[in-house]
Amino acid sequence: MLCVNPLSIRGFPGMPTKTTTRIVGAPVPRKEGADKLLGRARYVDDIEREGMWFGATVRSTIPRGLIRSIEFDRSIDWNEFAVVTAADIPGENHIQLIVADQPCLADEQVNHCDEAILLIAHPDKHKVRAAVDAVRIEYDPLPPIFTIEESERQDQVILGADNLLKSFVLEKGDVDAAWKDAAHIVEGEYRTGAQEHLYIENNGVIAEWSAENGVTVWGSLQCPYYVHKTLIKVFDLPDDKVRVVQTETGGAFGGKEDYPSTLASHAALLAMKSGRPVKMVYDRMEDLAATTKRHPSRTRHRTALDKNGKLLAMEIDLATDGGAYSTLSSTVLSRATIHAPGPYVCPNVRVTAKAWATNTVPYGAFRGFGAPQSIFALERHMDEIAAAIGLDPIELRRRNFLHEGDTTATEQLMREPILLDQLLDRALRESDYYARREQFAKENATSLAKRGIGVATFFHGSGFTGSGERILNSLAGVDVMPDGTVRVLVSNTEFGQGTNTVLTQIAAEALGIDYDDIAMAAADTGVVPNSGPTVASRTVMVVGRLIERAGAQLLAMLREHAGLGATYTRDEFFAACERYRAQKGEPLSLVRYEPPPGIYWDDQRYHGEAYPCYAWAVHVAQVAVDTLTYSAEVEEFWSVQEVGRVLNPVLATGQIEGGIAQGIGYALYEKVVLQNGHMANNQMTNYIIPTAEDVPPIHVYFEQIPFSYGGYGAKGIGELPHDGPAPAIVNAIKDATGVSFHSIPLLPEDLFAVFVANQNVEEPAAP
Amino acid sequence: MSELWPTIRFTINGKSCAVQAPPMKRLLDVLREDLRLTGTKEGCGEGECGSCSVRLNGELVNSCLVPVLQAEGADLQTVEGLATNGVLHPLQKAFLEQGGAQCGICTPGMLMAAAQLIERNPHPSMAEIREGLAGNLCRCTGFMRIFESVIAAATQRDEAAAEKVADAR
Repeated sequence: MLCVNPLSIRGFPGMPTKTTTRIVGAPVPRKEGADKLLGRARYVDDIEREGMWFGATVRSTIPRGLIRSIEFDRSIDWNEFAVVTAADIPGENHIQLIVADQPCLADEQVNHCDEAILLIAHPDKHKVRAAVDAVRIEYDPLPPIFTIEESERQDQVILGADNLLKSFVLEKGDVDAAWKDAAHIVEGEYRTGAQEHLYIENNGVIAEWSAENGVTVWGSLQCPYYVHKTLIKVFDLPDDKVRVVQTETGGAFGGKEDYPSTLASHAALLAMKSGRPVKMVYDRMEDLAATTKRHPSRTRHRTALDKNGKLLAMEIDLATDGGAYSTLSSTVLSRATIHAPGPYVCPNVRVTAKAWATNTVPYGAFRGFGAPQSIFALERHMDEIAAAIGLDPIELRRRNFLHEGDTTATEQLMREPILLDQLLDRALRESDYYARREQFAKENATSLAKRGIGVATFFHGSGFTGSGERILNSLAGVDVMPDGTVRVLVSNTEFGQGTNTVLTQIAAEALGIDYDDIAMAAADTGVVPNSGPTVASRTVMVVGRLIERAGAQLLAMLREHAGLGATYTRDEFFAACERYRAQKGEPLSLVRYEPPPGIYWDDQRYHGEAYPCYAWAVHVAQVAVDTLTYSAEVEEFWSVQEVGRVLNPVLATGQIEGGIAQGIGYALYEKVVLQNGHMANNQMTNYIIPTAEDVPPIHVYFEQIPFSYGGYGAKGIGELPHDGPAPAIVNAIKDATGVSFHSIPLLPEDLFAVFVANQNVEEPAAP
Repeated sequence: MSELWPTIRFTINGKSCAVQAPPMKRLLDVLREDLRLTGTKEGCGEGECGSCSVRLNGELVNSCLVPVLQAEGADLQTVEGLATNGVLHPLQKAFLEQGGAQCGICTPGMLMAAAQLIERNPHPSMAEIREGLAGNLCRCTGFMRIFESVIAAATQRDEAAAEKVADAR
């Protein structure tokens, strides 16, 4: 049974006075929904260009080595094909992200399996596939490394002087002095595996090149301006000679944040070489094998507590596997570092975090961006602590929650009310937690299925870390077309999460006109300003606020120059727009990002306001473990969260439910199997995500404390729900079986392995 | 050598159609390329995700696994045939109201599966809904809103049918 419960808004001092809104807060239908339901929405593979060719990629079959030779089989008439190598790149052979160490095309050396070496295009998409197989590459292999441990040991140094992609140290108080005062010291090590986004639409782009117009790319992507940033460098072109347009995108989850820069460069190079438009759409096997995934992690906790179970010190050693190139490993590590100590008060903290290079496909952004890894470790460790010191895991958390007025591990003062206690109360009540726990404890003795219930309590920082937004310096706004359409001008993209709908709601609300009066301008770098990437759960909070301000600014302009009254009807609004146009030109209102006051962040010492605000949540999972098949299944799930103002309850609920489903997959179904650094299970048949039969009933409850600096009070919401399921589920498995698991994913064979190893400790017995 | 390809005839969304194509060409590709009906999508090419689902003689099939020769003489239905004269099918309306579509890429296949489900089982239980949609993967929604959409559409059909009966009286 699922229920969308009525929302409750708690007031607090400084809350915006306008809590009554017409459109914001209403479950208006999805802006582009009709097209999607009619099958009319045009994803990149639905689009054809006159004279279009098809592109494909020849990829490395070894994880590390020098390219000795490239041979083209004579059975193919290569004159029919366009072939591109690194030598064809007009500008820099690098993908521009944070550190430009990833080549667009491998030149002399490859550093991971499936690294792109050569590109081929042909008018017949079947012939281009055959041609890929007709390219023979010989290598001089070098010894590869595949694990964090191998990279740390530096058996091979594959990057820089020491294989280290990035490191951070976050310190508060004096951890080393705290151990002697501890009544309890508890240690634990936790691991998370890689995870694939498995958006149902594979990566794809169409590119065109001409000497006069430069490069144009249409594609399935999250950040048109990120792609633009790479293309101008790869092609050595000025800003206005590169245009990137997002097409309707069938899911992304971070997997189309940075990878499209590579794919767009490839297709555009083929377009340049062939003189034709080139479409490159991956099939599922290639997308799984060759594109980014979530960073695997290893986290070691050492925790000191006093006799009352209050945290005295947390020493956390956090390591991620970044793959062969830097890509986004530093920012993922940053978020993982800040989230590692969690939503708890602790006077002494040290997080030592390192991202290591291995000869695997570079890892990248994925919903949560380091937080799921850290929160898995921490929330598992909290249950281990509770068991070790003889305290109820719920009580342990309560005694250590952050409250308004406390400081975090980065010494950020919590200036706004924190509802963790109330969220926990509600989660326990709605799930009937204690009654179920007691019931399962009784029934498990004589049941083949062992049931358990587990909890995770956590937060997720909204938006970019620290000075990130100031650096992005986003610009966004609204304008009014001659036909009266009001357009939202942002580079933020829709890929299912509701960007189009919510930004339209905000614009309509701010301007006092109807939802249907507004259109989203295409996410086209030739049309819209750079309002930053669609990542980090920033869109509604940061860009929504910009649109809210842009609307207010437009009204001010119309009042000053076109006689719009203090109150006005919809018709009067449009009449004023036309008077403005006659006198001053196009009504265009752009605003730039302004940081909230009092935000101070030290990038060197990792101190200060890490995030402008946090969303908070409690997850409860009921799990059944089948002691014959060793399969664990989530039977029911509860999620209570405080996410600022909920701008569209249907979309917000959908985000929570979808994120939880992915988190369930992360815990129980999704395993990336590497053989010699290549993903061996690169098909939907053997990389498993939850189906309609696997998702439990999910109960979602919202509390709202509007955030003053977010669009109509919104905080970020998209990534929060992926942080909690895995630890809640594995805590439930411990409750069900008495066995502690320290790593995910837990497929039946993984449960079986640990149960067998623990046979002396606890054997799940048949009745 | 397209002159060597056979002509395969079928009806698609109620209209007669003839396509000259290699007999083993995937029905999915014939729909998308030859007929420019791009509503049906490719997600995996191996019959796992269901985003290529269409109905062949009323049966839900993964069109990425159907050679077009198997469609000879068949009655095909795709997502483009669900709405009639611009009026949304009750399922489409329900998905819109309940949030059953997020990114939309699984939606055409999901609609075809849901259409077969409620045609054959006008009052499906939750377990029957789950099973009926088990061949269609969605990565965005977590399925909850999709289940609600199917229930809403089934309920609406009940109400519409009841109205018809009332009117007939």
